[in-house]
Amino acid sequence: MSLDLSQQSNNDTVISLEQVWKTYRMGDQDVHALAGVDLEIKRGSFWAISGSSGSGKSTMLNLLGCLDRPTSGVYRLEGQDIAKTSDDELSDLRLSYLGFIFQNFNLIQQLTVQENIELPLFYQGVDASEAAKKSKALAERVGLADRMGHRPTELSGGQQQRVAIARALMNDPSVLLADEPTGNLDTATGDSIMEILTELHDQGKTIIMVTHEPEIAAHAQHELVMRDGKIASITQNTPVIGATS
Amino acid sequence: MIGERLYRDVRLGVKTLLLHKMRSILTMMGMVFGVGAVIAMLAVGEGASKKALDEIRRLGSQNIIINSQQAVENSGQNSQRIRMNIYGLLYDDLERIQQSFDTVVRAVPAKLIRSEGRVNSRSHELRLVGTTPQWFDLVQREILAGRQLLDRDVEQNANVVVLTEHGARKLLAGQTPVGSQVLIKQGYFKVVGVIKSESTQSGTMQTPDQNIDAYIPLNVAIERFGDITTIRGNGSRSRELVELHQLIVEVDDREHVESTAASIERMLSMFHPKGDYRMSVPLALLRQAESTQRTFNIVLGSIAGISLLIGGIGIMNIMLASVTERTREIGIRRAIGAQRKQIIGQFLIETVVLSMTGGLIGIGIGLLIPWIITMVADMPTVVTPWSVMLSVVISVGIGIIFGMYPAMRAANLDPIEALRHE
Repeated sequence: MSLDLSQQSNNDTVISLEQVWKTYRMGDQDVHALAGVDLEIKRGSFWAISGSSGSGKSTMLNLLGCLDRPTSGVYRLEGQDIAKTSDDELSDLRLSYLGFIFQNFNLIQQLTVQENIELPLFYQGVDASEAAKKSKALAERVGLADRMGHRPTELSGGQQQRVAIARALMNDPSVLLADEPTGNLDTATGDSIMEILTELHDQGKTIIMVTHEPEIAAHAQHELVMRDGKIASITQNTPVIGATS
Repeated sequence: MIGERLYRDVRLGVKTLLLHKMRSILTMMGMVFGVGAVIAMLAVGEGASKKALDEIRRLGSQNIIINSQQAVENSGQNSQRIRMNIYGLLYDDLERIQQSFDTVVRAVPAKLIRSEGRVNSRSHELRLVGTTPQWFDLVQREILAGRQLLDRDVEQNANVVVLTEHGARKLLAGQTPVGSQVLIKQGYFKVVGVIKSESTQSGTMQTPDQNIDAYIPLNVAIERFGDITTIRGNGSRSRELVELHQLIVEVDDREHVESTAASIERMLSMFHPKGDYRMSVPLALLRQAESTQRTFNIVLGSIAGISLLIGGIGIMNIMLASVTERTREIGIRRAIGAQRKQIIGQFLIETVVLSMTGGLIGIGIGLLIPWIITMVADMPTVVTPWSVMLSVVISVGIGIIFGMYPAMRAANLDPIEALRHE
């Protein structure tokens, strides 16, 4: 991989946005999904991004997730400016630094739980035996060690989301991106997922979560509210019960 | 490492295809029958042409064969009840051909005689050939017993006869042929050998010694039978005077065959203005047959190409549907960090697995069909290794060509859009 890792070691900032704009052309009108966003995310922090639909929070997540490039401005992930990267390099950034957790779990149906979890290492070209060791450890951590051979369809929603979390952790990402991770789950299951996320944060993971539910957002240290493509407010939360920071 | 990855990729492809067994099988059918048809058609075509080419080759590609035939204007009706037809090759032609051309290695004459042959009380109509020992150098036949005609037989004017297998069976059923005496035209001929007869049925080409029962030295034949044959038809009798019925000319090199044939033709036409001979050049026939075969192969190839094209389009169609259906999966893989080329690889492997499996089954069918045809219809078929190899290459090639577009479509999906699909 041709990525420059030198800036990573003694830098606390994982993500920095400077005057980031994302503009779409609709008909003959320019729509600014992001209109000059500045943001710095420290290593080990837990962020919740909320906002009404159309506020730009999805665009923000896609951008942070290296699925998209800004129209203008600078987005640095681990010191790497993604505006200058090719599609392949973006893929490599996602593969090396990011882990995704989605609202609808997004597991691949024809793969077993184990194969789903191992997918990032499959693309990293890691040895099958090494991948198996790691996936087993992660499955144990999310409490699904006895479901490794099952298909996603044979699991409950909560179990599927745990598989997704294990998969997102497989590549030891710098940032865990969660898009409405509890959106498709009942409250109790959602809480258990949030417990896992909180635990991961306690262990030092950087987490950015998009949610529209205030009680879910309350789990995060920083609550960021988007409005009209801009950051409307950032509030610091007092640590929630069970979270020690 | 690369092997392991490929193994994992292929395993994934197979697994994905097995999720929709019926669809995969139906998709493969195009390839199965395309490839099967190619191999089977080529096998049948090759079998038919090999038969023809073998027959021509048996005539000898370095030989020129000249036969006597009645001139056209001579064969008309004649009021005379007994008439004499004089036509055909002359002893002088033999001399001339042997002496005038540098490229001629030898010219072998043959005189055809029909006569009764008798052993003990059994008698049979025999077809005899009066010829020289060189005949056996040109028309190579396996000796089953005894020997062929020798120069010594000619020098001694010996009453010896070499039977073909066919003739021996006719005359001497059950007896040891060599050493027996056969009575032909009031003379006893000693059987000195038996050679294998050509077993061709009345095919497209006639070998020089087809349906021949026995060989005797030419000088003996001339002495005993003369040049005049009496043919008894229904109610009429006609007589023919033919010196030689056939000349086989061997040329020193394949390269010279056609030019020599042209020269001989020029010379013969001077001495035979009536055109009472017919010349055939096996090499020319061979070339013609080969070019016919080429045309045939091109036609078959086009048909096969079209059927494979249809098979390929079928695969492409299904893969495009599959890409649409699996848009979300593609999005997930891209989000996790799969590069475009890895998505292309995944879909290409699936199409190649489909088309190659189809191709391999097709090869099985392509081998089975000619076998059945040979068993049931008794037609010769030849499955050439290159047609099988070609089929494998083509089926893999089709997988790649027709898989490329769907795979590119999959790889070029916007991951954000793909994740939002459904």
